[in-house]
Amino acid sequence: MELINQHTKQIMEGCKERAREAGLRFQNESLEYIVTNKDLLELSPKNMIPTIYDYWVHDVEVLKEKGKYELYPNNPYETVINTRPAMSFYNDNNPDWLNVMIFYHVLAHIDFFQNNMLFKHTWNEDFAGQALSDKRAIAMLRSEKGRWVDYVIEFARGIDNLVGFYSELSELNRPQEIHASKKVDYYFDVFLQAVKKVNLSEYLKEIERYNETIGQYGQVGESVFFSNIIKKYPEFEAMFEKQDKKGKSGIRDVIRFIEENSLFLQKEENRWMMTIIEIVRKTSLYFQPQIRSKILNEGWASYWHEKLFMNDNRIKGNEVAYARVNAFVTALPRVGVNPYALGMRLFSYLEEMADKGRISHEFQRIRNADARKEYDAKTGKGMEFVFRVREDFSDFMFINTFIGQDFIDKHKIFVVGKRLNSEKGVWEYYIKSRNADAYKEMLLESLYHPPHIEIDEKKTSEGALYLNHRFEGKPLVKEFIENTMLGIEYLWGNPVKLETSELVQEKPATEQSFYLYGFNLPKTVRPEEKKFQVCRVLYTMEKKRLTRSLL
Amino acid sequence: MKTDEDLTSVIDEREMPSSAPSEHFMDEGRHTPGKIELAFNKKIYNYSDFFTLQLETPPKSTYIHSLGSIDELLERDLQREKDGFPRKIRIGKLVKPAKGGKEKIVIVPTTVEEKFLHDTRIQDPEEEQNSGGSGDGEEGSIIGEEPVHASGGSGTGGAGQGEGAEHEIESSAYDLGRILTKKFELPNLKEKGKKRSLKRFTYELTDRHRGFGQILDKKATLRKIIETNINLERIPDVTDIDLTNMLVSPEDNIYRILSKEKDFESQALVFFIRDYSGSMTGTPTELVVTQHVLIYSWLLYQYERQVETRFILHDTEAKEVPDFYAYHSMTVAGGTRVRSAYKLVNDIVETHSLARDYNIYIFHGTDGDDWDMEGEETIPEMKKMLAYSNRVGITITQEASGGSGISTLEKYIKKSGILDDKPKLIKLDTVQEDANEARLIEGIKKLIS
Repeated sequence: MELINQHTKQIMEGCKERAREAGLRFQNESLEYIVTNKDLLELSPKNMIPTIYDYWVHDVEVLKEKGKYELYPNNPYETVINTRPAMSFYNDNNPDWLNVMIFYHVLAHIDFFQNNMLFKHTWNEDFAGQALSDKRAIAMLRSEKGRWVDYVIEFARGIDNLVGFYSELSELNRPQEIHASKKVDYYFDVFLQAVKKVNLSEYLKEIERYNETIGQYGQVGESVFFSNIIKKYPEFEAMFEKQDKKGKSGIRDVIRFIEENSLFLQKEENRWMMTIIEIVRKTSLYFQPQIRSKILNEGWASYWHEKLFMNDNRIKGNEVAYARVNAFVTALPRVGVNPYALGMRLFSYLEEMADKGRISHEFQRIRNADARKEYDAKTGKGMEFVFRVREDFSDFMFINTFIGQDFIDKHKIFVVGKRLNSEKGVWEYYIKSRNADAYKEMLLESLYHPPHIEIDEKKTSEGALYLNHRFEGKPLVKEFIENTMLGIEYLWGNPVKLETSELVQEKPATEQSFYLYGFNLPKTVRPEEKKFQVCRVLYTMEKKRLTRSLL
Repeated sequence: MKTDEDLTSVIDEREMPSSAPSEHFMDEGRHTPGKIELAFNKKIYNYSDFFTLQLETPPKSTYIHSLGSIDELLERDLQREKDGFPRKIRIGKLVKPAKGGKEKIVIVPTTVEEKFLHDTRIQDPEEEQNSGGSGDGEEGSIIGEEPVHASGGSGTGGAGQGEGAEHEIESSAYDLGRILTKKFELPNLKEKGKKRSLKRFTYELTDRHRGFGQILDKKATLRKIIETNINLERIPDVTDIDLTNMLVSPEDNIYRILSKEKDFESQALVFFIRDYSGSMTGTPTELVVTQHVLIYSWLLYQYERQVETRFILHDTEAKEVPDFYAYHSMTVAGGTRVRSAYKLVNDIVETHSLARDYNIYIFHGTDGDDWDMEGEETIPEMKKMLAYSNRVGITITQEASGGSGISTLEKYIKKSGILDDKPKLIKLDTVQEDANEARLIEGIKKLIS
């Protein structure tokens, strides 16, 4: 791995100037490396972060097929990584004009990393440096504890997709105008909801009462408010103090909970494990935003490389070569979803819409098709709007908010279906729907989404850790449950229970293969006979043995 | 076609054609996916700047790269078990990078990191998959179609590129065999008579030589001295020899010297028979092929590469295919006649009188369907086979849920009593369709025990 030469670096600096003039914001320093095939082989298991800790699984060919992106929620071949300074990787024989295009693309990614709110928790630290110190810590522990370090890494990685990314973010992005005390937080967030389980209207009434009291008494409002509560719930004060003393973070992710509550980890001789678990957790948190902003990030980068490249006077004469590469990157495919193409078009579309003032209530209220077509409030706010989208949105919000029928029609986008034509022995691909909602649903379905698993603290108090999987239409991968739970049991030091849902197939009537014209046909079960039923099941891992029971 | 990734042999197709960068991504599936299918299955996360923007190809991880520390990995795995955790290294993965149309099959150790994940595999085969698209056309109009069996679906496909492919599997299968034997403690084979000389020599101190050599053979030398002295009539009474009174000639010293010895080794011939009838499509085929790869590797190791293999596919008719690639990839949709395959094996053995020179193993994978409901035609052929083979191992795959009970083949084999008559020659193993690697290896143990 070596740095690009001075000539190419100069091109990069030129790109930075132009990108900044156009409004992108990023740190001035950046590092560009030339990578070889061998470098890539070594870097890809580490997600292109050269300093990440060593782990033997990285050296093995890993089975990635099953839930590939859920297992490794990041791109193993990232071209630019979110470090300070940002690092990016290049082929050593790109022509200058192509480098200009790639540099703009990369700069837009860096701008995205450093401004999109999903990445907020990565802004104050250089991950490459952080990872290096983690790597050293792990190496040191390994020399002391040997293979047990790797077991702990393995078990912690088994639940590293359950980190509370959003609760971490909400902590960071808490609006400044709210400065409620811990007591108020506890009362409204925990006490009323989890302990008293009051209904919504009562809850709203309490908020109303709180606001009134504050308005009336100002500074002393809070104590007045609580003096009334003590009358109503005499136990409140004691419960709050108990909670407060524990000093728990309030972040409800599974790893964090285990770190804070596992009696096994709190033993003196096991405390070193905490270091590792925290490293795994932090590393996972670092990677969380990337996969939640794939369309947005690639769309943003493509949108900018196109804009900036065309206005760059240094590379005149390469328009045709550029057009070819750019078409390959950003053309909407006949079949398939290309995040570059889709994201870029959506950004351009939004810019145009906002320029015409169409992202507004007034426009939405217009029902007349002609009037909609003609509508142009000439606000000139398009650029400002797309910058806001790059700052505040994730893939889900981007798609869910902005994919509409106008956009779908404009770019002739549709949902492709695949069905078997058994007579011809072919798969048929056909235009299934041009409806925006159908397309949106198809896209949302394909987005990364880890299972939602919470700790049921009430049921946990009996010693066994009780995990509750909120069923969202898809069961968990069965084959992985055992080893994952084995790891959790090790870290927790006590039995672990997992409540989840499974599709249980009702037994179809037994069917013999039958003979027809000299052929025995493949055993098929008629669709109407195949019935699935969702059942709630409980897995229990105790002393390395897994049992399953229906609930 | 969706494969069950839990199997050991998942073929990971890294599509990396050199010219068309649009297909730079990985995809799973047993058969070679068509162009539309590739595009259809390409998820947004398959795109990356490296391949899309820089027109770079994914780095090629070589098989050597992954096998570099195999012993260390195995040791680690063994240690895991001692520490009370299940083993984690899996083997038997077939990586099939397709470049310039050439297929390669490589077996490497793999592992998987288990987590709680949503199962995105299709639960219901009737359910339709969706993707995106763009361009003209009415809703409902077909924009493309591709054959279900895209490659090797007909004829003798794969023959042309067979040579390379087979070589490729051979080189890694030996290592796999080693791993299998060590890791799963598969039994070592008993030597069944040395049959054929090979061009292999060992050097041993077997030859004697008078006058000089590496080691003095004292006993032989003494004998020679006495012989000489008897001839010289210096020993009047052979029952009372006086050793102090001997004449010793330097010529009487007998030495051992290194000599070239021909080594005889047993040699194996393995027939792999696979049912490729319509009912075998999907998981059953996957299971059978996986198990056969493992058996093949194990034998290759056991016989120090002195294994010859013949591959036979059958539906109602049997045919021999030249290599493993053709063997694992072909599918048809027809009925089943087990007899045809057994008869072909018997014919091959007979015409080349192979039984004399080889230890013959026959492994057959099927779902147990047979038109020959009572086995009237099959059983005689089977008996013929048993007369010369060292082992016949039959694997029957059974539908995991709601299966139709015992299959035809199993039924009539059991009825015929062959299993009880010749328990050492024939083994039968029935596996559920959802069997995992451990279960398959259990099966192998059963088949070869």
